[in-house]
Amino acid sequence: MVQKMVRAVVVAVTNQKRLAIVFYGLSLSLQAAVLPEDRADALYHSYDGGGVEVTGPSVLVRKGFGENVSVSANYYVDSISSASIDVVTTASRYSEERTEHSVGIDYLHADTIMSLGMTRSTENDYEANTTSFNLTQEVFGNMTTVSMGYSIGSDTVGKRDDASFSKDVKRHHFRVGLSQIMTKNTLLGLSFETISDEGYLNNPYRSVRYIDSGSAIGYSYESEVYPRTRTSNAAALRGLYYLPYRASLHAEYRAFQDSWGIAANHIQLGYTHPYQSDWIFDLKYRLYSQTRADFYSDLFAFSQAQNFLARDKELSTFDSSTISLGVSYEITPDWSLIDRASINFKYDRIVFDYKDFRDLSQSGAVGSEPLYNFSADVIQLYFSAWY
Amino acid sequence: MSGRWIKNIVLSIFMVVLTACSGLEPWVLPYERSNLADPIMSLSRDPVSSSYSNHVYQAREGARGAENGQGGGCGCN
Repeated sequence: MVQKMVRAVVVAVTNQKRLAIVFYGLSLSLQAAVLPEDRADALYHSYDGGGVEVTGPSVLVRKGFGENVSVSANYYVDSISSASIDVVTTASRYSEERTEHSVGIDYLHADTIMSLGMTRSTENDYEANTTSFNLTQEVFGNMTTVSMGYSIGSDTVGKRDDASFSKDVKRHHFRVGLSQIMTKNTLLGLSFETISDEGYLNNPYRSVRYIDSGSAIGYSYESEVYPRTRTSNAAALRGLYYLPYRASLHAEYRAFQDSWGIAANHIQLGYTHPYQSDWIFDLKYRLYSQTRADFYSDLFAFSQAQNFLARDKELSTFDSSTISLGVSYEITPDWSLIDRASINFKYDRIVFDYKDFRDLSQSGAVGSEPLYNFSADVIQLYFSAWY
Repeated sequence: MSGRWIKNIVLSIFMVVLTACSGLEPWVLPYERSNLADPIMSLSRDPVSSSYSNHVYQAREGARGAENGQGGGCGCN
């Protein structure tokens, strides 16, 4: 109660937004673990690259009840129009919509936060339901945060124009995390996650190609065949540093490997620079690299060349790089229901460069077509309000 | 035999860590955390945006898991 009064006085007297926000955070840091702030976000997103356009809204609302409970709800839509390289070469352009609903509840007890969440995603040929549980504990004078979580997912895979096609997938996620205050200007985080899938992991529409001397173009297609299980491990290390002036540097590294033979890693560097009391500018650079799955090939030597077959470019060897720019402008509306609000814009440019996936829309000798590459523009425009 | 060796090594490491940590006390006190509490020191300042960015990568990369925003807070809020 005393901390809340201090916070209110600071905000009212100084009327300096930046100072108020810092003091708000400081007042929180003087006590034990706290629940996330009450806020609402309305986001419009757009992805345009490689012949694929995905747009839609995302609305996230969070509200606390009393001192110990906070609930959240998210509504998210992907409206997809796809003429990707796979679609252009083996099928016809399609449009579909994916809708996702999520609800969550967080319960605070002393230095512990227990969270339960449920997500349901539906589209015309795929349904996914996930339930998650997370536990976060602050220890060591609130300098260390330990977390662990488990999620279980159940998917049903369907197929357009085939009502009888229905396959199941079960997913299990195990997570542990640790974040540590290193100095009064440095934070470090370590997280690890194992994911295990079992069931129909194929895309029912995608095909592999193989050399076929009987075909006029020199090759033919047949359906992909994936293993029915996949287990992956990912470990990430993140750091944040508060510079001598009011700005921050962030760095992130993640290593990944799975039972399909994919090994990947990425590094991300970021810089956040506030300007005056209203603006925040973000700049990020991300570099990602992965090796192919054991059963991936752009061109198999003959039909049914091996037990498992894939020609999904997400399972091939490739690199990608992202440059991201973001700007936020904070406003203090003269509305009694809202403490503060912000208008935010983010732009990402992602370049994908494939090493063993060929562009079959271009001409070339079989197996020697140009390697595929494309770039994507990703836009986020959103409004946030704290109350 | 090898299982016993691994068990002994793990127990030894655990004991060393416990012994080393027993003398430690928090070295950044609450009143020294104002910089850490600044919103610019958050890896996931806007969850609605972080969640979307993760989704964009998950849909196009073979790697998954241990994404930003997971693994607990900064220990200061």
